[in-house]
Amino acid sequence: MLPERSWSDQRIENLLGNLLRVGVLLSAVVVLSGGVIYLLRHGQSAVDFRVFRGEPEDLRDLRGIIRDSLELRGRGIIQLGLLLLIGTPVARVAFSIFGFAKVRDRMYVVFTLIVFSILLYSLLGSA
Amino acid sequence: MEVACSVFLGPERSYMTILEFSLLVCGSSLLAGLVGALTGLGGGVVLVPLLSLLFKVDIRYAIGASLVSVIATSSGAAAAYVKEGFSNIRIGMFLEIATTLGALLGANLAARVSTHAIAIVFGVVLLFSAYFSRKPRSQAERDVPPDPLATRLRLNGSFPDADGPRSYNVQHVPTGWALMFGAGALSGLLGIGSGAMKVLAMDQAMKIPFKVSTTTSNFMIGVTAAASAGVYLNRGYIDPGLAMLVMLGVLAGSLLGARILIKVHTKWLRLGFSLVIVLLAIEMLYSGLSGRI
Repeated sequence: MLPERSWSDQRIENLLGNLLRVGVLLSAVVVLSGGVIYLLRHGQSAVDFRVFRGEPEDLRDLRGIIRDSLELRGRGIIQLGLLLLIGTPVARVAFSIFGFAKVRDRMYVVFTLIVFSILLYSLLGSA
Repeated sequence: MEVACSVFLGPERSYMTILEFSLLVCGSSLLAGLVGALTGLGGGVVLVPLLSLLFKVDIRYAIGASLVSVIATSSGAAAAYVKEGFSNIRIGMFLEIATTLGALLGANLAARVSTHAIAIVFGVVLLFSAYFSRKPRSQAERDVPPDPLATRLRLNGSFPDADGPRSYNVQHVPTGWALMFGAGALSGLLGIGSGAMKVLAMDQAMKIPFKVSTTTSNFMIGVTAAASAGVYLNRGYIDPGLAMLVMLGVLAGSLLGARILIKVHTKWLRLGFSLVIVLLAIEMLYSGLSGRI
């Protein structure tokens, strides 16, 4: 392996590491803030996770989650944080497409694009 | 809820407030994350049984919450590993095609099969993970010739060792790929990272060095879980009130575990944790077969 290429690989891996760390930290902060709001408002109600109803429509997709978050609803903000968390590996994969393109590895650009499409399908198309 | 309720609150009250429930679930998740990190077995496998058996949470909510926590811990850990240069991002990306496709299948199955069936499959998988956690890993030196397919796919690599970089050759690519598809399907169906099966596929089938297998597996778990988490979110299986507790608890526990990892003698902890897993497996099988979950 050429030294130049392994340097690039190492650099990409460092950037990926930072991306993951920032994504997890950011989502944890958002989830925690939403959680505090939620518990302050609803902490004294009786709990019920026993019967499965499925979440209401507004907590299932991006538009509803953003609308709820803007209204400072605790559950909406938590869901936004969870969406950021789910988005972190997706961003990692998106970033890898550029990484592989930069070292001119066409085969792995294609592989990464396949993984990225599967992830996008799951997030947007599987409803 | 009665079990947890009578254990923690005494018999005179028949309900639990959200705040009490939150503290208990968050504490349990922290413990699961801590023990999972200390033993290297991951906390995910015990979370779903814990939530559904002890706290009587519907297993679909439990799986959704567990998936989210799996993304958090694996991304957190992967951040450290990629910098060390052990994980092989090409192997990871190539096999992620298999795991994400499997995850989509698993997540879609989860919506179609009964909760009893999920509980039974969960029990069986728990028994397997207890078995593999007791199995000594192969330490043999591997001096294998390069495999043509692995070479074409540029999967062979090297990792830093005590005396300089050591290179390795990857074998049996199709078998590994198929096993990865299965690992992804289990991850999507049960909300676990299925790290044990990923390591099995890389270490045993593809003959990738153990350290490279474990770190690359960790790197892949987050992407795999994200593929099924999207489906769970769209279907309304991710409850924010529950998922936040599990995610924050497990994340805090695993970060704590990573810090004290070096100081603890893990042999007895691993043994104890395996016993807990076996007990949970029996309870899951019983609950699934008797139709209580």
